[in-house]
Amino acid sequence: MSITLNVNATSREFYGDPDTPLLWVIREQLGLTGTKYGCGIAQCGACTVHVDGVPLRSCSAPVAAMTGRAITTIEGLASRVAKAVQKAWVDLDVVQCGYCQSGQIMSAVALLEKMPQASDEDIDHALAGNICRCATYQRIRAAIHVASERLASKEGA
Amino acid sequence: MSVTHAWLVVIVLAGAGASLAGADPLRSPQSFSSIGDQADRSRALFVEAGRALQHPRCLNCHPAGDRPTQKEDLHPHSPLVVRGLDNKGAIALRCATCHQAANFEPSGVPGHPLWHMAPREMAWQGKSLGEICEQIKDPRRNGGKTLTQIHEHLAHDTLVGWAWAPGGHREPAPGTQAQLGALIAAWIETGTVCPTR
Amino acid sequence: MIHALDPTQQALLARAIAAQRSDHDSDHDHGATFSRRDFLRSSGAAGLVLGFACLPACRALTGSAVNSPAPPVPAPFRPNAFVRVAPDSIVTIVCKHLEMGQGNTTGLATLVADELDADWSLVRTEYAPSDPKVYNNVFYGEMQITGGSTSIANSFMQMRLAGATARAMLVAAAANAWQVPAAEINTANSVLTHASGKRATYGEMAAAAGRLPVPKDVALKQPQRFTLIGKQKATPRVDSLSKCNGSAIYTIDVKLPGLLTAVAAFPPSFGARVISFDPAEAIRVPGVTDVVRVPEGVAVVGTGTWAVLKGRRALKVSWDESTSASLNSDAVLAQYRAQTQQPGAPFARPAENMPAPAPLAKTIEALYEFPFLAHAAMEPMNCVAWLHDGLLETWSGHQFTSLDHTLAARAANLPMDKVRLHTLMSGGSFGRRANFVSDYTVAAVNVAVAIKGRAPVRLQFMREDDTGAGMYRPMYVHAIKAGLDASGKLAGWQHTIVGQSIFAGTVLGSYTIKDGVDAMSVEGVFPSQYEIPQMRGDLHSPTLPVPPLWWRSVGNSHSAFVMETMMDELAAAAGKDPVAFRLALFAKGEKGERVAGVLKLVAEKGGWGAPLRSGVAQGIAVHECFGTFVAQLAEVSMPDGKVKVHRVVCAVDCGVPVNPDVIRAQMEGGVGFALSALYYGEIEIKAGRAVQRNFDRYKALRINEMPNVEVHIVASNHPPTGVGEPGVPPLAPAVANALARLGIPRVRRLPLARAGLVES
Repeated sequence: MSITLNVNATSREFYGDPDTPLLWVIREQLGLTGTKYGCGIAQCGACTVHVDGVPLRSCSAPVAAMTGRAITTIEGLASRVAKAVQKAWVDLDVVQCGYCQSGQIMSAVALLEKMPQASDEDIDHALAGNICRCATYQRIRAAIHVASERLASKEGA
Repeated sequence: MSVTHAWLVVIVLAGAGASLAGADPLRSPQSFSSIGDQADRSRALFVEAGRALQHPRCLNCHPAGDRPTQKEDLHPHSPLVVRGLDNKGAIALRCATCHQAANFEPSGVPGHPLWHMAPREMAWQGKSLGEICEQIKDPRRNGGKTLTQIHEHLAHDTLVGWAWAPGGHREPAPGTQAQLGALIAAWIETGTVCPTR
Repeated sequence: MIHALDPTQQALLARAIAAQRSDHDSDHDHGATFSRRDFLRSSGAAGLVLGFACLPACRALTGSAVNSPAPPVPAPFRPNAFVRVAPDSIVTIVCKHLEMGQGNTTGLATLVADELDADWSLVRTEYAPSDPKVYNNVFYGEMQITGGSTSIANSFMQMRLAGATARAMLVAAAANAWQVPAAEINTANSVLTHASGKRATYGEMAAAAGRLPVPKDVALKQPQRFTLIGKQKATPRVDSLSKCNGSAIYTIDVKLPGLLTAVAAFPPSFGARVISFDPAEAIRVPGVTDVVRVPEGVAVVGTGTWAVLKGRRALKVSWDESTSASLNSDAVLAQYRAQTQQPGAPFARPAENMPAPAPLAKTIEALYEFPFLAHAAMEPMNCVAWLHDGLLETWSGHQFTSLDHTLAARAANLPMDKVRLHTLMSGGSFGRRANFVSDYTVAAVNVAVAIKGRAPVRLQFMREDDTGAGMYRPMYVHAIKAGLDASGKLAGWQHTIVGQSIFAGTVLGSYTIKDGVDAMSVEGVFPSQYEIPQMRGDLHSPTLPVPPLWWRSVGNSHSAFVMETMMDELAAAAGKDPVAFRLALFAKGEKGERVAGVLKLVAEKGGWGAPLRSGVAQGIAVHECFGTFVAQLAEVSMPDGKVKVHRVVCAVDCGVPVNPDVIRAQMEGGVGFALSALYYGEIEIKAGRAVQRNFDRYKALRINEMPNVEVHIVASNHPPTGVGEPGVPPLAPAVANALARLGIPRVRRLPLARAGLVES
């Protein structure tokens, strides 16, 4: 019995336990290691992917529930918003150890896709689920604002 | 033995059989028939129903403000999550970001397809049972429901029903959803009188 | 972590590490192993689908993980172990330290690239193999290790020399080729030029440079000629892009042919031992290939994480907890409190020829209690180990490389030269990845040995394993009695500290413990940045079955809180401004000037004493550690009765600031890390096990709680000192001092969540 997954716009077949958390399917069966394991209980956000554009903690969803849904991982980000976010992250040297940053970026991209003029409070509410033990939060916030401004300025990112 | 005593025996025996429920069953409506005054009986039925309504499994999603609470001690949900515009969470941190269609044992996260917060007008934390009762009856604050719809919601809605199958180490609400439904039905029949406190 | 060692200490240390090699640990018990094949054979279950991966053809894989970049084109120019220049002008800098987020990869590369006059965009970095003769931490003798905030400090001259040497040889090659004096050749952005119009890229000149002898004497740049060192925007982090697009490879991401994954059933309480185990249900789980006994516990091995997690749940282990299940951290704390009343090993005594102490007009007595803290890096501990062809290869975020190498060799029963360590960037550490038993490395090797090297295997700690494993910043209790004389001057100080020694019983113990005093337990108290008259200090170093470890800033993580809150309380008792009170007390000399410098700078930049909006108070603290001086000013309010830190102003003197933006980032991160611990950090132990095992209960600071941090870096020509840890110690006392100014009674038992001052 297989489950057909749509990951980064590519169709993939998964054979195995349908209860497998999506995280391990992404990382091990599909070999996409950008999505990370940090806690396994949806507390840290390192495992965040997009499902139909909405952030999902992939450690907390069974792969069986993903049939027919569009999954995007950090490797698959390609939109104008995503490019602006990643460029702002690099320009501001947001990262330190970097392990949480795939998840942070996924959350930030989802925020700006739906709320281009996100306020500080919107940022708080959107990223409160993403832990950074290096505490790069100040730069995360600044990078989201920079990306937002650049996207609005029509110069693009 | 007295009628009351007999009913107590029935209650105990019924409780022993309710193994899928919380440790404490909810009393049946019949067990209140010894209360002669209908208004008193109505109130007492709702007080019994209140054991479920005011249980942490229900209260956690009926908070006073814009943040749900968690666990048995009703502490603020960690991480910070908020109601958002549609009671389903903030942009990019939706309830469904973590809570899936069913309880997911590997992560310990509870779930239901319609996981969300009760609207602000249905806040129960910090309210007396009497105030909760008035809220439930009031169409302006109960989502425009008729009494029949109230009963239907409490007796059959599957998100409400989650409270009795919460998964993990979470204590279920007392009794069963069916027992709650029966109490609500009886409360409606007896005139939906609210406790004074 | 440890400070620089003198040559005698370095020799002692090298000998201690070497001694580990010849000890054969007879406790290794690899006898009881179950492979899936054994089980199936014994149960007669022929024809079942076997879940384990096919075995790779054995061939030596001496390079890095399969999913790392292809081996570089052989570069003709390699003047030393730290830099190579390829024909395409790509400069590869070999970094001898672990990148755990603190930005030392960028820093080490900056030092080389500046002297080399390399184009920053053509700089690449890679991590050094294990070779303490070449890649040692210069401060610690022949030992390869990252820690003590020493990466840049110990490498400053060494890396600059490496880059300058390469440049000199490229210039010499050009001088030969162009028949012009070397002094007339300019270098900039990886290009050599001459006034006559001659021009060559470094790549074009690399082969010729590679044929020249390596000069012994090379001049380094004068600071005014730096192009990268100390320049604000010149050196973006070399690892930013890969960490933003999912391509960065951490230990958890390593891919190798036939790689197996393992998780271990670790002792449920500190000191518990395996009595027996039953693998029958575990081995039946599809994907599980082996269940093996290792010294650490019982490991479940298989073809993927989910399979082995299910296998571990199905595994039955019987543990002997007869001596381990009673440990209770509250009870230990009570014992510690009692011990503060007893004399201990002296760490400070008034000099004998001091005049008689002035009579004390006011005294302040205080008892401080600090909890166990887990490092809780985002990437839980892990290591990949592969035994093949008489070799052992490991892949991990090795932080204590030399000890990891030694103990891995011992575990594999191989000579050192048959063991190759591949160091990867790690998802944080805060010190966790450097410990005296190389726990995650040795455990992975033990699993590899147990499966007889059949395949490479990654041993992965799950979050609960990581948080519950011990290796905590120990609990400490400080009891202080300090006094002022009639004129309000500090006149006496009695200080007793109780807490585990990190070094006791370890390979480094005899180096750092003198007369019963572990210098790390008292650092920040003694020696002090203050001139404290009549200081008496006693230390008790109890032992517990909970393994202790550093935690970012080590002894300073508790001592600074004590010293900097006491100073504020004494200032208040003396009726003096806290800044002025401190300025009058700093020890004389260069250190005193530098600590005063950052305190004054932070007071100025933070607007100390300026009117604030109602309900907001400022608190200040200053602390020197690992040679770096940091002062912080916190602005705090208590909306709804919960602490809110709005703003932290930070002044840092770390000598020559090699990468200003990295320094700023380390101060910002240190503030957030410290605030997280101040608010929430606590590991309680009940019935011998950690109560907090994941981020639900071992809470971490989140974005909505992060203050605005402003960092001011002191311009300096002192040799650079580190910034990985020094941003941490002053934060908690600065916040606590602000809370006191808001009228909140002093909280002396951390974390603040215990006192209900933050949400919990």
